[in-house]
Amino acid sequence: MDTEMDQIYQIDVGNLLAFNPNHRFSSAPSSREELVKECVTEGTKLVQAIADTLFNFPSTESVDGPLVQLPPPTTKLPREKHLPRPKPPTKWEEFALKKGIQKRKKDKIVYDETTDKFKRRHGYDRVNDDNDIPIIEAKASDEPGEDPFAKRLDDKKKRVDKQQKNRLQNLKSAAKAGALPSHVQLAASALPITGTKAQPKKLGKEELGDVAGLAATSTASGGKFDKKLPGEKPPKKQGKHHKYLPVVPRYGWVDEEKEQTNKVLGKLLSKHSHEILNVGKAINMYNDKKEKKKSGRSDKLKPKKDITKKKPYANKAK
Amino acid sequence: MMEIRTPKTHKAKRVLEKRAPKLVENGKKTLILHGTKTSATLSSVLMELYRLKKGGAIKYSRRNENIRPFESGGETSLEFFSQKTDCSIFAYGSHTKKRPDNLVLGRMYDHHVYDLIEVGIDNFKSLLSFSYDKKIAPHEGSKPFICFTGEGFENVPELKQLKEVLTDLFRGEVVDNLNLTGLDRAYICSAISPTKVFLTHCAIKLKKSGSIVPRIELVEVGPSMDLVIRRNRLPNEGLRKEAMKSSKDKPKKKVKNVDQDDVLGKRGRIFIPEQEVGKTPLPDKSKGVKRERREGKLKKKKNKEEGSASKKHKESE
Repeated sequence: MDTEMDQIYQIDVGNLLAFNPNHRFSSAPSSREELVKECVTEGTKLVQAIADTLFNFPSTESVDGPLVQLPPPTTKLPREKHLPRPKPPTKWEEFALKKGIQKRKKDKIVYDETTDKFKRRHGYDRVNDDNDIPIIEAKASDEPGEDPFAKRLDDKKKRVDKQQKNRLQNLKSAAKAGALPSHVQLAASALPITGTKAQPKKLGKEELGDVAGLAATSTASGGKFDKKLPGEKPPKKQGKHHKYLPVVPRYGWVDEEKEQTNKVLGKLLSKHSHEILNVGKAINMYNDKKEKKKSGRSDKLKPKKDITKKKPYANKAK
Repeated sequence: MMEIRTPKTHKAKRVLEKRAPKLVENGKKTLILHGTKTSATLSSVLMELYRLKKGGAIKYSRRNENIRPFESGGETSLEFFSQKTDCSIFAYGSHTKKRPDNLVLGRMYDHHVYDLIEVGIDNFKSLLSFSYDKKIAPHEGSKPFICFTGEGFENVPELKQLKEVLTDLFRGEVVDNLNLTGLDRAYICSAISPTKVFLTHCAIKLKKSGSIVPRIELVEVGPSMDLVIRRNRLPNEGLRKEAMKSSKDKPKKKVKNVDQDDVLGKRGRIFIPEQEVGKTPLPDKSKGVKRERREGKLKKKKNKEEGSASKKHKESE
């Protein structure tokens, strides 16, 4: 019903919205209450105008009351999300389009010739189940040592993996076009940081303990007053690690320090000293040093050794 | 290395599908939160706004220190919350000495800030202070009438934006069928000055009148407040165009040169270009090109072959 009032007011029935652009509020309001009253009366007029159109719509009776078909809203409001983007066709869809392959609807129940029964296509007791094949005939192309049943399982696994890879590729191209299906998320799994594909080595229990100990000793108080986490074991080998022998021996006891040095000298100067010298290792060390010098690595801080000087026991090794 | 993650339960799948971008969207949900300091009026405003929008609003009760909607870096938290709760309108309240009782109403597009408008709240009257007959109290979640009065809403750009934001905020779901007995609330917004809007919430009383249309009476029930426009930020033009796009934008292309007539039916008009007599290509009438000559030649060839073949046949016989 388009009365004169509707032409003055802008009415959007779909949103139950009405706008009166012509009313002027007095710049000097008399009082708060008067202003409020004026606003409410104006509002009443607007609601009445919407109700006029609304109640004149054809209504259907329902349990709760008269139902009315609302027209779509006329005021345009911004969307909250973007319009759904078209999905790029998958590799198979492109191929099917090119070849003109039509999709065929498959039945749930299929006739099984081996047992003359109707069986379902997928699920329990299905047609052409891989596990049910009792005999596989040997072909001329088969190798003698191969297990055909294991081969079938292997083939199936390969097919499934290939399909997964293709599915991932299709989803990646859909994600690139911004049209990933709503229930799928592509997430990056653990990435190796090194250049090789080697997985980063995980620290074991003992190694973690060692590292924790190292960190503790590097504190100002040597890790003595650190708060321990629940379950953390006490540090192993506390204190100094080097055992120093007494310089002045005890009366009547063996001079341990003297003994220590004598022992080492004795070993070196004995008849069988060549057996304790690892000749191979010595030669390798010598050669490495020579190569390093050749490559031009001049370490100015290192004391220059005269390579022409032979080692004292090289002759004896011969 | 990418891996595909799909939901493991049907419920999760349904939630994800509900939040996906669609042609026809769900109603916008509102996120209500506040900053480091709120005054008594502001906290009651936020609480009552939450009550008015009960079905489609989420209220956060903790303080949020790092949200500054008008600064470039201060929107990240808001966008994160919007993503997590799937809310595209937010109402952020804060109280500072410079801006007392400050309320920032903002909208999101694709979980990024689309536009903002900041209002100050004056003369707030809580819904508890109104006394009315409890029978006419509006039900939760009913679709409201929204009324705007005043030329300011058309002339002043900030008020225009506020009108749009308030419509979006109070609208709720867009429905096809409406139950006429369920209409019980109305929001009245009046532009009492170019910078001030008086907002109030009323319940509707339907009274018998002579015709089918009942006489409407409004009774103030809910919170009423004055909104003083402070700052605002309009959406940039490209974003606005994209957000306003809908699937039915392109009208049906008019087919040219076709008329529908009741008497004569469907008629079309054909335009023939002007014939340029001087420039028309003449047919090639040279001796060897004529069709009759070509066909004649072919026939001769055929006869020759047949003749020789028949000769052979005769000989073999």
